[in-house]
Amino acid sequence: MTEETKKTKIGYYPGCAITKCSTSEEYGTSVLGVSRVIGPELVEIDDWNCCGASSAHATNHKLSTALSVRNISLAEKDGYDEVLAPCPMCSQRLIISQNDVHEDKKLREEVEDAIEMPISSNVKVSNYLEIIKNYSMDEIAEKRKKKPEGLKVASYYGCLLVRPPKILKFDDPENPTTMDEIVTAIGAEAVDWEFKTNCCGGGFTLSRPNVVVKLTHDILEGAADAGANAIAVACPMCHANLDMRQKNIEKEYGRRFNIPIVYISELIGLALGLKPKDLGMDKHFIDTDFVVDAFSNIEE
Amino acid sequence: MKIKITTKELKSDFAKEVKERSGIDVKKCYQCGKCTAGCPVAYEMDYMPNQIIRFVQLGLRREALTSRTIWLCASCITCSTRCPKEVKIAELMDVLREMALEEGVANPMEKNITTFHEAFLNSVKKHGRISEFWMLSEYKRKRPKTALQDIEIGPQLMLKGKLSLTPHDIKGKKSIKRIFEKFK
Repeated sequence: MTEETKKTKIGYYPGCAITKCSTSEEYGTSVLGVSRVIGPELVEIDDWNCCGASSAHATNHKLSTALSVRNISLAEKDGYDEVLAPCPMCSQRLIISQNDVHEDKKLREEVEDAIEMPISSNVKVSNYLEIIKNYSMDEIAEKRKKKPEGLKVASYYGCLLVRPPKILKFDDPENPTTMDEIVTAIGAEAVDWEFKTNCCGGGFTLSRPNVVVKLTHDILEGAADAGANAIAVACPMCHANLDMRQKNIEKEYGRRFNIPIVYISELIGLALGLKPKDLGMDKHFIDTDFVVDAFSNIEE
Repeated sequence: MKIKITTKELKSDFAKEVKERSGIDVKKCYQCGKCTAGCPVAYEMDYMPNQIIRFVQLGLRREALTSRTIWLCASCITCSTRCPKEVKIAELMDVLREMALEEGVANPMEKNITTFHEAFLNSVKKHGRISEFWMLSEYKRKRPKTALQDIEIGPQLMLKGKLSLTPHDIKGKKSIKRIFEKFK
Protein backbone atom coordinates (compact mmCIF):
# COMPACT_ATOMS: atom_id res chain seq x y z
CA MET A 1 0.00 0.00 0.00
CA THR A 2 1.46 3.36 -0.95
CA GLU A 3 1.44 6.30 1.42
CA GLU A 4 -1.10 8.09 -0.78
CA THR A 5 -3.74 5.34 -0.77
CA LYS A 6 -3.26 4.74 2.94
CA LYS A 7 -4.02 8.39 3.56
CA THR A 8 -7.37 8.38 1.83
CA LYS A 9 -8.66 5.07 3.17
CA ILE A 10 -11.11 5.72 5.94
CA GLY A 11 -12.71 3.33 8.42
CA TYR A 12 -16.47 3.20 7.88
CA TYR A 13 -18.73 2.93 10.91
CA PRO A 14 -22.27 2.77 9.50
CA GLY A 15 -24.12 2.28 12.78
CA CYS A 16 -27.38 0.36 12.97
CA ALA A 17 -29.85 2.75 11.35
CA ILE A 18 -28.25 3.09 7.92
CA THR A 19 -27.25 -0.48 7.14
CA LYS A 20 -29.16 -2.53 4.52
CA CYS A 21 -32.76 -3.41 5.47
CA SER A 22 -32.86 -0.72 8.17
CA THR A 23 -35.13 2.30 8.43
CA SER A 24 -32.54 4.72 6.99
CA GLU A 25 -30.73 2.43 4.59
CA GLU A 26 -30.83 4.99 1.77
CA TYR A 27 -28.38 7.14 3.73
CA GLY A 28 -25.81 4.32 3.84
CA THR A 29 -26.50 3.36 0.21
CA SER A 30 -25.97 6.90 -1.04
CA VAL A 31 -22.90 7.60 1.15
CA LEU A 32 -21.20 4.48 -0.24
CA GLY A 33 -22.39 5.13 -3.81
CA VAL A 34 -21.00 8.68 -3.76
CA SER A 35 -17.69 7.57 -2.23
CA ARG A 36 -17.19 5.10 -5.07
CA VAL A 37 -17.25 8.02 -7.52
CA ILE A 38 -15.44 10.79 -5.68
CA GLY A 39 -13.77 8.99 -2.75
CA PRO A 40 -12.42 8.78 -0.17
CA GLU A 41 -12.40 5.00 -0.05
CA LEU A 42 -14.50 3.69 2.82
CA VAL A 43 -13.86 0.29 4.40
CA GLU A 44 -16.26 -1.06 6.98
CA ILE A 45 -14.80 -1.63 10.44
CA ASP A 46 -14.87 -5.32 11.17
CA ASP A 47 -17.53 -6.45 13.65
CA TRP A 48 -18.55 -3.00 14.85
CA ASN A 49 -21.30 -2.79 17.48
CA CYS A 50 -24.11 -0.35 18.27
CA CYS A 51 -22.90 2.83 19.99
CA GLY A 52 -25.82 2.57 22.45
CA ALA A 53 -27.27 5.83 21.10
CA SER A 54 -29.48 7.96 23.35
CA SER A 55 -30.79 4.98 25.31
CA ALA A 56 -27.34 4.16 26.71
CA HIS A 57 -26.19 7.68 27.54
CA ALA A 58 -29.58 8.59 29.01
CA THR A 59 -29.50 5.71 31.46
CA ASN A 60 -25.95 4.44 32.00
CA HIS A 61 -22.89 6.60 31.31
CA LYS A 62 -20.26 3.88 31.67
CA LEU A 63 -22.15 1.46 29.45
CA SER A 64 -22.56 4.16 26.83
CA THR A 65 -18.86 5.00 26.96
CA ALA A 66 -17.72 1.38 26.67
CA LEU A 67 -20.08 0.54 23.78
CA SER A 68 -18.88 3.57 21.81
CA VAL A 69 -15.20 3.31 22.58
CA ARG A 70 -15.03 -0.38 21.59
CA ASN A 71 -15.61 0.68 17.99
CA ILE A 72 -12.79 3.20 18.03
CA SER A 73 -10.42 0.56 19.40
CA LEU A 74 -11.54 -1.84 16.65
CA ALA A 75 -10.84 0.87 14.07
CA GLU A 76 -7.35 1.37 15.42
CA LYS A 77 -6.78 -2.38 15.38
CA ASP A 78 -7.78 -2.36 11.69
CA GLY A 79 -5.20 0.38 11.11
CA TYR A 80 -7.35 3.45 10.45
CA ASP A 81 -6.39 6.98 11.47
CA GLU A 82 -9.83 8.31 10.69
CA VAL A 83 -13.34 6.92 10.96
CA LEU A 84 -16.46 8.16 9.20
CA ALA A 85 -19.69 7.75 11.16
CA PRO A 86 -22.39 9.20 8.84
CA CYS A 87 -25.04 9.00 11.57
CA PRO A 88 -24.52 12.02 13.86
CA MET A 89 -25.90 10.12 16.85
CA CYS A 90 -23.03 7.69 16.36
CA SER A 91 -20.36 10.29 15.59
CA GLN A 92 -21.42 12.40 18.56
CA ARG A 93 -21.42 9.42 20.94
CA LEU A 94 -18.07 8.18 19.67
CA ILE A 95 -16.42 11.59 20.00
CA ILE A 96 -17.91 12.36 23.44
CA SER A 97 -16.90 8.93 24.76
CA GLN A 98 -13.39 9.33 23.39
CA ASN A 99 -13.23 12.71 25.14
CA ASP A 100 -14.63 11.33 28.43
CA VAL A 101 -12.08 8.52 28.73
CA HIS A 102 -9.35 11.00 27.86
CA GLU A 103 -10.39 13.28 30.71
CA ASP A 104 -11.11 10.63 33.34
CA LYS A 105 -8.32 8.16 34.04
CA LYS A 106 -10.42 5.94 36.28
CA LEU A 107 -13.17 5.68 33.68
CA ARG A 108 -10.55 4.88 31.07
CA GLU A 109 -9.22 1.97 33.11
CA GLU A 110 -12.68 0.59 33.81
CA VAL A 111 -13.66 0.82 30.15
CA GLU A 112 -10.41 -0.76 28.95
CA ASP A 113 -11.05 -3.64 31.30
CA ALA A 114 -14.61 -4.02 30.01
CA ILE A 115 -13.77 -3.96 26.30
CA GLU A 116 -10.55 -5.95 26.78
CA MET A 117 -8.69 -3.68 24.40
CA PRO A 118 -6.49 -0.65 24.84
CA ILE A 119 -8.27 2.64 24.17
CA SER A 120 -6.99 4.59 21.23
CA SER A 121 -6.76 8.33 21.36
CA ASN A 122 -5.29 8.76 17.89
CA VAL A 123 -8.26 7.83 15.73
CA LYS A 124 -10.21 10.85 14.48
CA VAL A 125 -13.97 10.36 14.23
CA SER A 126 -15.61 12.48 11.53
CA ASN A 127 -19.16 13.19 10.46
CA TYR A 128 -20.23 13.03 6.82
CA LEU A 129 -20.21 16.78 6.17
CA GLU A 130 -16.63 17.00 7.45
CA ILE A 131 -15.52 14.18 5.18
CA ILE A 132 -17.07 15.82 2.11
CA LYS A 133 -15.68 19.23 2.98
CA ASN A 134 -12.18 17.93 3.74
CA TYR A 135 -11.78 15.47 0.89
CA SER A 136 -14.33 15.88 -1.85
CA MET A 137 -15.26 19.49 -2.70
CA ASP A 138 -12.85 19.62 -5.66
CA GLU A 139 -14.02 16.21 -6.88
CA ILE A 140 -17.64 17.36 -6.77
CA ALA A 141 -16.81 20.41 -8.89
CA GLU A 142 -14.81 18.27 -11.28
CA LYS A 143 -17.18 15.33 -11.68
CA ARG A 144 -20.52 17.11 -11.46
CA LYS A 145 -22.69 15.99 -14.37
CA LYS A 146 -26.08 17.50 -13.67
CA LYS A 147 -27.19 20.92 -12.58
CA PRO A 148 -30.44 21.10 -10.64
CA GLU A 149 -33.05 23.57 -11.77
CA GLY A 150 -35.35 25.37 -9.38
CA LEU A 151 -34.15 23.41 -6.37
CA LYS A 152 -34.21 25.52 -3.21
CA VAL A 153 -32.72 23.59 -0.33
CA ALA A 154 -32.96 24.30 3.39
CA SER A 155 -29.96 22.65 5.07
CA TYR A 156 -31.10 21.12 8.32
CA TYR A 157 -28.30 20.13 10.72
CA GLY A 158 -30.28 19.26 13.86
CA CYS A 159 -28.53 18.86 17.20
CA LEU A 160 -25.96 16.13 17.08
CA LEU A 161 -23.66 17.43 14.36
CA VAL A 162 -22.92 20.67 16.15
CA ARG A 163 -23.53 20.20 19.88
CA PRO A 164 -21.70 20.09 22.26
CA PRO A 165 -19.47 22.46 20.24
CA LYS A 166 -16.45 22.42 22.55
CA ILE A 167 -16.10 18.66 22.19
CA LEU A 168 -17.26 18.14 18.60
CA LYS A 169 -15.38 21.19 17.28
CA PHE A 170 -17.42 21.26 14.09
CA ASP A 171 -18.87 24.39 12.51
CA ASP A 172 -20.91 27.07 14.30
CA PRO A 173 -23.50 25.66 16.74
CA GLU A 174 -26.04 28.43 16.06
CA ASN A 175 -25.50 29.00 12.35
CA PRO A 176 -23.55 26.20 10.69
CA THR A 177 -22.77 26.56 6.97
CA THR A 178 -20.93 23.39 5.84
CA MET A 179 -24.03 21.69 4.39
CA ASP A 180 -25.07 24.97 2.70
CA GLU A 181 -21.63 25.07 1.04
CA ILE A 182 -22.14 21.55 -0.29
CA VAL A 183 -25.65 22.44 -1.53
CA THR A 184 -24.17 25.42 -3.38
CA ALA A 185 -21.33 23.28 -4.77
CA ILE A 186 -23.80 20.93 -6.46
CA GLY A 187 -25.52 23.91 -8.07
CA ALA A 188 -28.69 24.16 -5.96
CA GLU A 189 -29.85 27.25 -4.12
CA ALA A 190 -29.08 27.25 -0.37
CA VAL A 191 -32.01 28.85 1.43
CA ASP A 192 -31.26 31.02 4.45
CA TRP A 193 -33.55 30.01 7.31
CA GLU A 194 -33.78 29.98 11.06
CA PHE A 195 -34.27 26.36 12.09
CA LYS A 196 -30.92 24.87 11.05
CA THR A 197 -30.07 23.52 14.49
CA ASN A 198 -33.48 23.21 16.14
CA CYS A 199 -34.28 19.82 17.65
CA CYS A 200 -36.66 17.42 15.81
CA GLY A 201 -37.40 15.39 18.94
CA GLY A 202 -34.86 12.74 17.94
CA GLY A 203 -35.41 9.47 19.75
CA PHE A 204 -38.91 10.34 20.98
CA THR A 205 -40.47 9.17 17.74
CA LEU A 206 -42.00 6.08 19.41
CA SER A 207 -42.25 7.07 23.04
CA ARG A 208 -43.46 10.69 22.66
CA PRO A 209 -44.70 11.11 19.08
CA ASN A 210 -46.67 14.24 20.08
CA VAL A 211 -43.40 16.03 20.88
CA VAL A 212 -41.92 14.98 17.54
CA VAL A 213 -45.01 16.15 15.63
CA LYS A 214 -44.82 19.60 17.19
CA LEU A 215 -41.08 20.06 16.73
CA THR A 216 -41.01 18.75 13.15
CA HIS A 217 -44.01 20.93 12.30
CA ASP A 218 -42.08 24.01 13.42
CA ILE A 219 -39.06 22.98 11.33
CA LEU A 220 -41.11 22.23 8.19
CA GLU A 221 -42.97 25.51 8.58
CA GLY A 222 -39.69 27.38 8.96
CA ALA A 223 -38.32 25.80 5.79
CA ALA A 224 -41.51 26.27 3.74
CA ASP A 225 -41.95 29.89 4.80
CA ALA A 226 -38.33 30.63 3.88
CA GLY A 227 -39.12 29.42 0.35
CA ALA A 228 -37.43 26.02 0.41
CA ASN A 229 -38.86 23.22 -1.71
CA ALA A 230 -36.64 20.51 -0.24
CA ILE A 231 -34.85 19.93 3.04
CA ALA A 232 -31.38 18.38 3.13
CA VAL A 233 -30.33 16.35 6.15
CA ALA A 234 -27.34 14.30 7.30
CA CYS A 235 -29.00 12.44 10.17
CA PRO A 236 -31.22 9.31 10.08
CA MET A 237 -33.36 10.47 12.98
CA CYS A 238 -33.94 13.94 11.55
CA HIS A 239 -34.82 12.24 8.27
CA ALA A 240 -37.20 9.70 9.78
CA ASN A 241 -39.01 12.30 11.86
CA LEU A 242 -39.35 14.88 9.08
CA ASP A 243 -40.16 12.36 6.34
CA MET A 244 -42.53 10.01 8.18
CA ARG A 245 -44.46 12.52 10.28
CA GLN A 246 -45.83 14.85 7.59
CA LYS A 247 -49.19 13.05 7.55
CA ASN A 248 -49.56 13.33 11.33
CA ILE A 249 -48.58 16.98 11.08
CA GLU A 250 -51.25 17.65 8.48
CA LYS A 251 -53.84 16.04 10.75
CA GLU A 252 -52.70 17.99 13.79
CA TYR A 253 -52.02 21.41 12.24
CA GLY A 254 -54.09 21.35 9.06
CA ARG A 255 -51.16 22.30 6.85
CA ARG A 256 -49.92 19.99 4.12
CA PHE A 257 -46.21 20.53 3.51
CA ASN A 258 -45.31 17.63 1.22
CA ILE A 259 -41.65 18.70 1.30
CA PRO A 260 -39.19 16.00 0.21
CA ILE A 261 -36.53 15.31 2.84
CA VAL A 262 -33.31 14.22 1.19
CA TYR A 263 -29.95 13.17 2.47
CA ILE A 264 -27.11 15.45 1.40
CA SER A 265 -25.40 12.31 0.05
CA GLU A 266 -28.41 11.69 -2.23
CA LEU A 267 -28.16 15.25 -3.59
CA ILE A 268 -24.44 14.82 -4.28
CA GLY A 269 -25.19 11.48 -5.96
CA LEU A 270 -27.85 13.02 -8.21
CA ALA A 271 -25.45 15.81 -9.20
CA LEU A 272 -22.82 13.19 -10.06
CA GLY A 273 -25.35 11.52 -12.34
CA LEU A 274 -25.96 8.41 -10.24
CA LYS A 275 -29.26 6.59 -10.77
CA PRO A 276 -31.96 7.68 -8.29
CA LYS A 277 -32.72 4.06 -7.45
CA ASP A 278 -29.07 3.36 -6.65
CA LEU A 279 -29.25 6.20 -4.14
CA GLY A 280 -32.39 4.85 -2.46
CA MET A 281 -34.59 7.73 -3.64
CA ASP A 282 -37.52 5.30 -3.85
CA LYS A 283 -37.28 4.48 -0.14
CA HIS A 284 -38.76 7.72 1.17
CA PHE A 285 -42.26 8.32 2.55
CA ILE A 286 -42.60 11.73 0.90
CA ASP A 287 -42.19 11.35 -2.85
CA THR A 288 -38.80 12.56 -4.10
CA ASP A 289 -39.70 12.82 -7.83
CA PHE A 290 -39.60 16.60 -7.69
CA VAL A 291 -35.97 16.53 -6.51
CA VAL A 292 -34.97 13.82 -9.00
CA ASP A 293 -36.61 15.72 -11.89
CA ALA A 294 -34.78 18.91 -10.93
CA PHE A 295 -31.57 17.11 -11.92
CA SER A 296 -32.62 16.21 -15.45
CA ASN A 297 -30.39 18.76 -17.22
CA ILE A 298 -26.94 17.60 -18.24
CA GLU A 299 -24.40 20.29 -17.40
CA GLU A 300 -22.73 21.93 -20.38
CA MET B 1 -44.53 27.40 42.87
CA LYS B 2 -44.13 26.64 46.57
CA ILE B 3 -42.10 23.72 47.82
CA LYS B 4 -41.31 23.08 51.48
CA ILE B 5 -37.65 22.49 52.15
CA THR B 6 -36.48 20.73 55.28
CA THR B 7 -33.19 21.53 57.04
CA LYS B 8 -32.18 17.95 56.38
CA GLU B 9 -32.57 18.50 52.62
CA LEU B 10 -30.72 21.80 52.72
CA LYS B 11 -27.82 20.14 54.49
CA SER B 12 -27.85 17.07 52.26
CA ASP B 13 -24.99 16.17 49.94
CA PHE B 14 -27.12 15.84 46.80
CA ALA B 15 -25.26 18.51 44.82
CA LYS B 16 -21.95 17.05 45.97
CA GLU B 17 -23.01 13.56 44.96
CA VAL B 18 -24.01 14.81 41.51
CA LYS B 19 -20.65 16.56 41.17
CA GLU B 20 -18.72 13.48 42.21
CA ARG B 21 -20.56 11.31 39.69
CA SER B 22 -20.51 13.68 36.75
CA GLY B 23 -18.13 16.55 37.42
CA ILE B 24 -21.04 18.97 37.02
CA ASP B 25 -21.04 21.83 39.52
CA VAL B 26 -24.62 23.10 39.85
CA LYS B 27 -23.46 25.76 42.32
CA LYS B 28 -22.16 27.76 39.36
CA CYS B 29 -25.73 28.34 38.12
CA TYR B 30 -27.13 31.79 38.99
CA GLN B 31 -30.60 31.00 37.66
CA CYS B 32 -30.68 33.27 34.61
CA GLY B 33 -33.10 30.89 32.86
CA LYS B 34 -31.37 30.86 29.48
CA CYS B 35 -31.52 27.04 29.46
CA THR B 36 -35.28 27.11 29.87
CA ALA B 37 -35.70 29.87 27.28
CA GLY B 38 -34.04 27.75 24.59
CA CYS B 39 -35.39 24.33 25.58
CA PRO B 40 -37.53 22.88 22.75
CA VAL B 41 -39.40 20.54 25.10
CA ALA B 42 -39.92 22.94 28.05
CA TYR B 43 -43.60 23.34 27.12
CA GLU B 44 -44.16 19.67 27.93
CA MET B 45 -42.19 19.52 31.20
CA ASP B 46 -43.49 19.56 34.78
CA TYR B 47 -40.53 21.64 35.98
CA MET B 48 -38.40 23.95 33.87
CA PRO B 49 -34.73 22.97 33.33
CA ASN B 50 -33.48 25.83 35.56
CA GLN B 51 -35.84 24.63 38.30
CA ILE B 52 -34.30 21.17 38.13
CA ILE B 53 -30.90 22.78 38.69
CA ARG B 54 -32.36 24.72 41.62
CA PHE B 55 -33.67 21.45 43.12
CA VAL B 56 -30.17 19.99 42.99
CA GLN B 57 -28.68 23.18 44.46
CA LEU B 58 -31.15 23.01 47.37
CA GLY B 59 -30.86 19.28 47.99
CA LEU B 60 -34.40 18.52 46.80
CA ARG B 61 -33.58 15.02 45.69
CA ARG B 62 -37.11 13.66 45.42
CA GLU B 63 -38.37 16.61 43.35
CA ALA B 64 -35.51 16.27 40.89
CA LEU B 65 -35.41 12.50 40.54
CA THR B 66 -39.17 11.95 40.29
CA SER B 67 -39.72 14.77 37.80
CA ARG B 68 -41.01 14.07 34.31
CA THR B 69 -38.61 16.73 33.03
CA ILE B 70 -35.51 14.56 33.29
CA TRP B 71 -37.11 12.05 30.92
CA LEU B 72 -38.52 14.63 28.54
CA CYS B 73 -35.11 16.20 27.96
CA ALA B 74 -34.32 15.28 24.35
CA SER B 75 -30.54 15.68 24.87
CA CYS B 76 -30.36 18.34 22.16
CA ILE B 77 -27.73 20.11 24.30
CA THR B 78 -28.96 23.61 23.38
CA CYS B 79 -28.99 24.49 27.11
CA SER B 80 -25.39 23.46 27.81
CA THR B 81 -24.24 25.20 24.62
CA ARG B 82 -25.80 28.52 25.60
CA CYS B 83 -25.23 28.49 29.39
CA PRO B 84 -23.20 31.59 30.37
CA LYS B 85 -21.73 29.69 33.32
CA GLU B 86 -20.95 26.57 31.29
CA VAL B 87 -23.12 24.31 33.43
CA LYS B 88 -23.66 21.10 31.50
CA ILE B 89 -27.42 20.96 31.95
CA ALA B 90 -28.19 18.27 29.37
CA GLU B 91 -25.45 16.09 30.85
CA LEU B 92 -26.93 16.78 34.31
CA MET B 93 -30.22 15.30 33.05
CA ASP B 94 -28.30 12.12 32.11
CA VAL B 95 -26.91 11.66 35.61
CA LEU B 96 -30.29 12.42 37.23
CA ARG B 97 -31.97 9.82 35.02
CA GLU B 98 -29.31 7.31 35.94
CA MET B 99 -29.86 8.01 39.65
CA ALA B 100 -33.65 7.86 39.31
CA LEU B 101 -33.40 4.40 37.74
CA GLU B 102 -30.93 3.17 40.37
CA GLU B 103 -33.27 4.31 43.13
CA GLY B 104 -36.38 2.99 41.38
CA VAL B 105 -38.12 6.37 41.45
CA ALA B 106 -38.44 7.15 37.74
CA ASN B 107 -41.75 8.95 37.11
CA PRO B 108 -44.33 6.34 35.95
CA MET B 109 -46.00 8.96 33.73
CA GLU B 110 -43.00 8.70 31.38
CA LYS B 111 -42.93 4.91 31.35
CA ASN B 112 -43.04 4.92 27.53
CA ILE B 113 -39.67 6.63 27.46
CA THR B 114 -37.99 4.37 30.02
CA THR B 115 -39.44 1.26 28.35
CA PHE B 116 -38.12 2.42 24.98
CA HIS B 117 -34.60 2.73 26.42
CA GLU B 118 -34.97 -0.72 27.96
CA ALA B 119 -36.09 -2.36 24.72
CA PHE B 120 -33.35 -0.59 22.77
CA LEU B 121 -30.58 -1.72 25.11
CA ASN B 122 -31.95 -5.26 25.33
CA SER B 123 -31.54 -5.52 21.57
CA VAL B 124 -27.94 -4.26 21.75
CA LYS B 125 -27.20 -6.67 24.60
CA LYS B 126 -28.62 -9.61 22.70
CA HIS B 127 -27.23 -8.98 19.22
CA GLY B 128 -24.53 -6.34 19.54
CA ARG B 129 -26.59 -4.19 17.17
CA ILE B 130 -30.14 -2.95 16.98
CA SER B 131 -32.75 -5.16 15.41
CA GLU B 132 -35.39 -2.53 14.76
CA PHE B 133 -38.21 -5.02 14.29
CA TRP B 134 -37.61 -6.92 17.54
CA MET B 135 -36.87 -3.77 19.49
CA LEU B 136 -40.22 -2.37 18.30
CA SER B 137 -42.01 -5.61 19.18
CA GLU B 138 -40.62 -5.63 22.71
CA TYR B 139 -41.60 -1.99 23.19
CA LYS B 140 -45.16 -2.54 21.92
CA ARG B 141 -45.55 -5.69 24.00
CA LYS B 142 -44.51 -3.87 27.16
CA ARG B 143 -46.58 -0.79 26.34
CA PRO B 144 -49.76 -2.34 24.91
CA LYS B 145 -51.53 1.03 24.88
CA THR B 146 -49.17 2.13 22.10
CA ALA B 147 -50.02 -0.93 19.97
CA LEU B 148 -52.21 0.97 17.53
CA GLN B 149 -50.08 4.07 17.39
CA ASP B 150 -48.34 4.39 14.00
CA ILE B 151 -49.94 1.14 12.89
CA GLU B 152 -49.66 2.24 9.24
CA ILE B 153 -45.92 2.94 9.37
CA GLY B 154 -44.68 -0.62 10.07
CA PRO B 155 -46.17 -2.22 6.91
CA GLN B 156 -44.93 0.70 4.77
CA LEU B 157 -41.40 0.19 6.10
CA MET B 158 -41.67 -3.52 5.34
CA LEU B 159 -42.87 -2.85 1.79
CA LYS B 160 -39.86 -0.60 1.24
CA GLY B 161 -37.60 -3.36 2.57
CA LYS B 162 -36.58 -1.24 5.53
CA LEU B 163 -37.61 -3.47 8.41
CA SER B 164 -35.89 -6.82 8.62
CA LEU B 165 -37.16 -9.69 10.73
CA THR B 166 -33.74 -11.29 10.91
CA PRO B 167 -31.48 -9.78 13.53
CA HIS B 168 -27.80 -9.42 12.72
CA ASP B 169 -25.61 -10.92 15.43
CA ILE B 170 -22.06 -9.63 15.60
CA LYS B 171 -19.18 -12.07 16.09
CA GLY B 172 -18.12 -10.32 19.28
CA LYS B 173 -21.49 -10.82 20.98
CA LYS B 174 -19.70 -12.18 24.01
CA SER B 175 -17.65 -9.05 24.51
CA ILE B 176 -20.83 -6.96 24.33
CA LYS B 177 -22.42 -9.20 27.01
CA ARG B 178 -19.31 -8.66 29.10
CA ILE B 179 -19.66 -4.87 28.83
CA PHE B 180 -23.31 -5.10 29.94
CA GLU B 181 -22.39 -7.42 32.82
CA LYS B 182 -19.67 -5.10 34.02
CA PHE B 183 -21.75 -1.93 33.88
CA LYS B 184 -25.09 -3.23 35.12
